[in-house]
Amino acid sequence: MHEVTLEAQPDINLDLTADQIRQGDMPTEEMLVNMGPQHPATHGVLRVVLRTDGEMVLESVPHIGYLHRCAEKIGETVQPYQYVPYTDRMDYLAGMNNNLAFAVAVEKLTGLEAEISARAKYIRIIFAELNRIASHLVAIGTYGLDLGAFTPFLYCFREREYILDLFESTCGARLTYSYITIGGVHDDLPDNFVDVCTEFLDYFEPKIDEYNNLLSYNHIFVKRTANVGIISAADAIEYGLSGPVLRGSGLNFDLRKATPYCGYEEFDFDIPYGKGLKGTVGDCWDRYFVRMCEMEESVKIIRQALAKLAGTEGQDVLHKKGKTIKLPKDEIYFEIENPRGQLGFYVQGDGGAIPARVKARGPSFCNLCITEKVGKNVLLGDMAAIIGSLDVVMGEVDR
Amino acid sequence: MAPEEITDLLKKQFTEKITGFVFESAHPRVEVRADAWPEVARFLRNDKRLQLNFLRCISAVDLLEDEKFVAVYDLFSVREPGKSGSPWTAENEICIHVSTPRTDPHIPSVADVWRAADWHEREAYDLMGIVFDGHPDSVTDQDGTHPRRILCPDDWEGYALRKDYKFPMEYHGIPAVTEYDQTRPIH
Repeated sequence: MHEVTLEAQPDINLDLTADQIRQGDMPTEEMLVNMGPQHPATHGVLRVVLRTDGEMVLESVPHIGYLHRCAEKIGETVQPYQYVPYTDRMDYLAGMNNNLAFAVAVEKLTGLEAEISARAKYIRIIFAELNRIASHLVAIGTYGLDLGAFTPFLYCFREREYILDLFESTCGARLTYSYITIGGVHDDLPDNFVDVCTEFLDYFEPKIDEYNNLLSYNHIFVKRTANVGIISAADAIEYGLSGPVLRGSGLNFDLRKATPYCGYEEFDFDIPYGKGLKGTVGDCWDRYFVRMCEMEESVKIIRQALAKLAGTEGQDVLHKKGKTIKLPKDEIYFEIENPRGQLGFYVQGDGGAIPARVKARGPSFCNLCITEKVGKNVLLGDMAAIIGSLDVVMGEVDR
Repeated sequence: MAPEEITDLLKKQFTEKITGFVFESAHPRVEVRADAWPEVARFLRNDKRLQLNFLRCISAVDLLEDEKFVAVYDLFSVREPGKSGSPWTAENEICIHVSTPRTDPHIPSVADVWRAADWHEREAYDLMGIVFDGHPDSVTDQDGTHPRRILCPDDWEGYALRKDYKFPMEYHGIPAVTEYDQTRPIH
């Protein structure tokens, strides 16, 4: 048997601009293409109207609102602890983080924050970070799926299942938890939680290398994402981007470090940010890889939190005032670092038990507005890579 | 810089255009006159001491009793530390209140100061009906010139987050059954 050597084809030159393509021999016509609202690569009901010329996208305009449920209006009709389940439904991949943002906002407004027990705080951090891992697993898995890599998606969901089992054993729910609530967390941890969670972390940590080999350094994946959809650091700040999208542009900015909340200042972890390892700083690959590295950091935080939890046995995890608080005639705006970025809640009280105004600043909403800017003069196939790298959840964009 | 220092700086620069401030609060804030807002915004952004380059959120609030709407702008300054590699910091956190009468709500747009304001202003118009004059994505129809709606359809009537909003009982022949009127608490 003689050896067969496969030689890589030279790269096709894709750096043509729209004008260069127009000047070619083949006359083309402009065409409007609706990408979505039912398109597998838009991660929900997002519609992007693309003005195309052949394979080039000349302009893209996102249209949102298909999942609008007026969650903010509902906030004006119920008490804060009753509103917690609605926050689950905004970013349904990171329910714990959403609960946490709203709960801490209300606690800061009412002054309940100082009375939250240390045990409740550590449990909150453990669950927020576990949910961050679960959310990033979906983001990474579906991003591979968008670009034609089916296998990593299945591996990611296998690991996510362990986290969902942990959540289910603690609060009974697998997606919409309402576990973190005003005044602490709803129930104490099950007896064997620390052991099971440590077992999961030991199992999960080496898997990250596996994903890196499977997807991050995969030649085809790198070709599809590196140097595509570049967002500069200046634009990232200008457009109010946050989370992995902001950090992918090379900014070492994370609210957990910049304005620590909930006791994050006690933990030792790093902030991964885009360094342009495979292409330019701020490209799709950087945004993707920030999520991959963040999972490692979350594992670090959870390990530390589990160790701190040992000294807090027997503390009350739910403050009794949580369900009876009155909101003062005042207002608050408070942000936390969600898996997708800065999730903020503006809550205004009027002296009664029901807020006068609740406003959510969804990180996906703000991150999506960059589409118009980066979705110009790109190839049609790259649109899926760009939208996927923003990792939007439409439940939160439309609220 | 603490909110007090930022307010002092603004008062020195803009005198009567700063109409008030509240520090004894979970949310320290400065009140700015609507017509002076773009000028103040540009100062907040470009002044070397402040550099409020990051617009976090615009929340529109309906104060029915005071007969006014308030647009609440939350800002901070995202800065690179002197030492490279260490985390970036958020400084000079401040909130600006800009109010406008309920009968004819107009606030100048600041989308040219912070690009992030674009979608936030569209949302504030869509749900609260505050018209942001000079918005880059404006349309003109029977309601005058206003930012394009973002969450509701373009032909939606009324502004859902107003306290006196009447829920429509049908939309293009689609009946809307709601218990909202029965459950709505009175503020």
